[in-house]
Amino acid sequence: MNMMEIAVTKRHHLGALKARERWKPAEIVFWLALVAVYFVFPTSLVFASQILITGLFALSLDLILGYAGIITLGHAAFFGIGAYTVGLLARHGWHEPLSALAVAGMVAGLAGYLTSFIVLRGNDLTRLMSTLGIGLLLYEAANRATDITGGVDGMQGVEIGELFGLFRFDMYGKSAYLYVLGVAFLLSAFTRALMHSPYGLSMRSIRENRTRAQAIGIPAGARLTNIYTFAAVIAGVAGALLTQTTQFVGIDVLGFQRSADLLIMLIIGGTATLYGGFIGAAAFLLVQDQLSNLDPRYWLFWLGILLIAITLYLPGGLLGALGRVSAAVARKRRGEDA
Amino acid sequence: MLNLFGVLFDGLAYGTLLFLISVGLSITLGLMRFINLAHGVFAMTGGYLLVILMAHAGIGFVAALPIVFCVTALASLVLEHTLYRPVYKRTPLDQVLITVGIVFIAIASANFAFGPGQQPVQLPAALKGQLDAFGLELSRYRLFLMAVGAAITLALVFGLERTRMGAMIRASVDNRRTAQSMGIRVDRVFQITFAIGSGLAGLGGALGVNVLGLDPYFSLKYLVYFLLVVVVGGPGSVIGTLLAALLLGVADTAGKYYVPQLGAFVIYAAMIVLLLLFPHGLLGRRYAR
Repeated sequence: MNMMEIAVTKRHHLGALKARERWKPAEIVFWLALVAVYFVFPTSLVFASQILITGLFALSLDLILGYAGIITLGHAAFFGIGAYTVGLLARHGWHEPLSALAVAGMVAGLAGYLTSFIVLRGNDLTRLMSTLGIGLLLYEAANRATDITGGVDGMQGVEIGELFGLFRFDMYGKSAYLYVLGVAFLLSAFTRALMHSPYGLSMRSIRENRTRAQAIGIPAGARLTNIYTFAAVIAGVAGALLTQTTQFVGIDVLGFQRSADLLIMLIIGGTATLYGGFIGAAAFLLVQDQLSNLDPRYWLFWLGILLIAITLYLPGGLLGALGRVSAAVARKRRGEDA
Repeated sequence: MLNLFGVLFDGLAYGTLLFLISVGLSITLGLMRFINLAHGVFAMTGGYLLVILMAHAGIGFVAALPIVFCVTALASLVLEHTLYRPVYKRTPLDQVLITVGIVFIAIASANFAFGPGQQPVQLPAALKGQLDAFGLELSRYRLFLMAVGAAITLALVFGLERTRMGAMIRASVDNRRTAQSMGIRVDRVFQITFAIGSGLAGLGGALGVNVLGLDPYFSLKYLVYFLLVVVVGGPGSVIGTLLAALLLGVADTAGKYYVPQLGAFVIYAAMIVLLLLFPHGLLGRRYAR
């Protein structure tokens, strides 16, 4: 291969990376649709906020599961830490929402940094165990420390001040929805930029083949530690948003069911897509809302069936299926299928 | 001093149950590298089966146990054939998802069929009450548990060390590909071990109804214990699993007895510490992927 050809292929690859970095129309439509929800469904904004918060939480799991390839069954730990941080701050007189959000993110991030050294050693099985163990340990701690957390009764009377000193969080959740949407958008956009940067590409190469990634000089251990920490920050912020919009902290923020549900949402939506978490959370919560009205006992049954069906027949989740369909349509248009 | 002995005794009986239930999981993990989070479902099935056999079919406790073993083993083969086989070659994440799905379905089904409450089991008179030995009051049932555990351990060790089948299992655990190229049908070997392991889990679940309790969330509640036993014991090692199960049983009983206010805290903390100290299990068999 002569120099000319190398230059050409190099430009071609850079062009492909550039094209990936550009915001696609579907993404812009996605965020505009979320703004439209505010005007179209003014009565279900509380539920819509829940979906967004859960979607943000799922995005944080996507970072470690989809992009870094670490299986965790205890991600609710960081969500719960964020939720309780804001609750405790408010009870001790810190009502300003934005600074409390930042503090919650930092506390969860610190917890993520410290536990990453336990989680990141060993194989898939020991990782599974240690994340499960850390999650259960925190749940048990919150359950026992009733003076601080309120135990199973939850933490009542969390007062949150006005946003920017202007907008109150009312019971219809109007300002709450816009606040959650704003935070979710900023964090998603930042994550998106991060994952399309060389840093994000190095993360992908670690997931695909850690040994080779290390051989070309990517510090795999350090990369995994800081992505784990960053994911914990986002999870903490999501937990904090839940406390701020509901003005209550229940002990289930730390529960195993939350970690497991989250994993399922991400699988439904599709991993390593950035939007899979939001799509999965929306699908999961809407279906749960419908099915739980029938009989909550059946919900777990359908959930199990859904999980098995998606794992066996729909790898890549909803977004993966959508991608395959649109690829097939594009092929057909170009007439390549003949 | 008496308390110390009592805790040790209860802990060992509890550990025996953990061993019976977990040993199948340990061998499956060692043999197939298959992360089976639904293993507790077999134990739960065994428990419910015992309840049905005793309450509705009128079969005695001791006579029901072999039936429980056989039925659970056969049921596990069906599950292995339909759901597990397609995901052996898939990623650990897929295995986790499938087995978590099975756990959820099992919880909902048990809840639907038996209700959310604990299930009682009436023990035969010979196994009830206390036995005076060396001036100590020992529960007859717990002595019975330990005897069953000891008998099964001996049978397993003998089977693995001295029989042709055992040699084939050990060869497959040590190196699957080499075993296959020597003409061992690893998939068949695996099916048999899987069925025996699941049958033992069913037996453990049935024996444990009076000690561990039995409700629809059984498989989720004890999941951590089973996994911990296997990881600490080292996947694929019977003696390692036994040691880990007894250690865990005594530690958990002691924690609940001496510091009840900490609840399950002790066991989770112990788990993280053990994972830090022995990432490859107590006996140090490397679980390389």
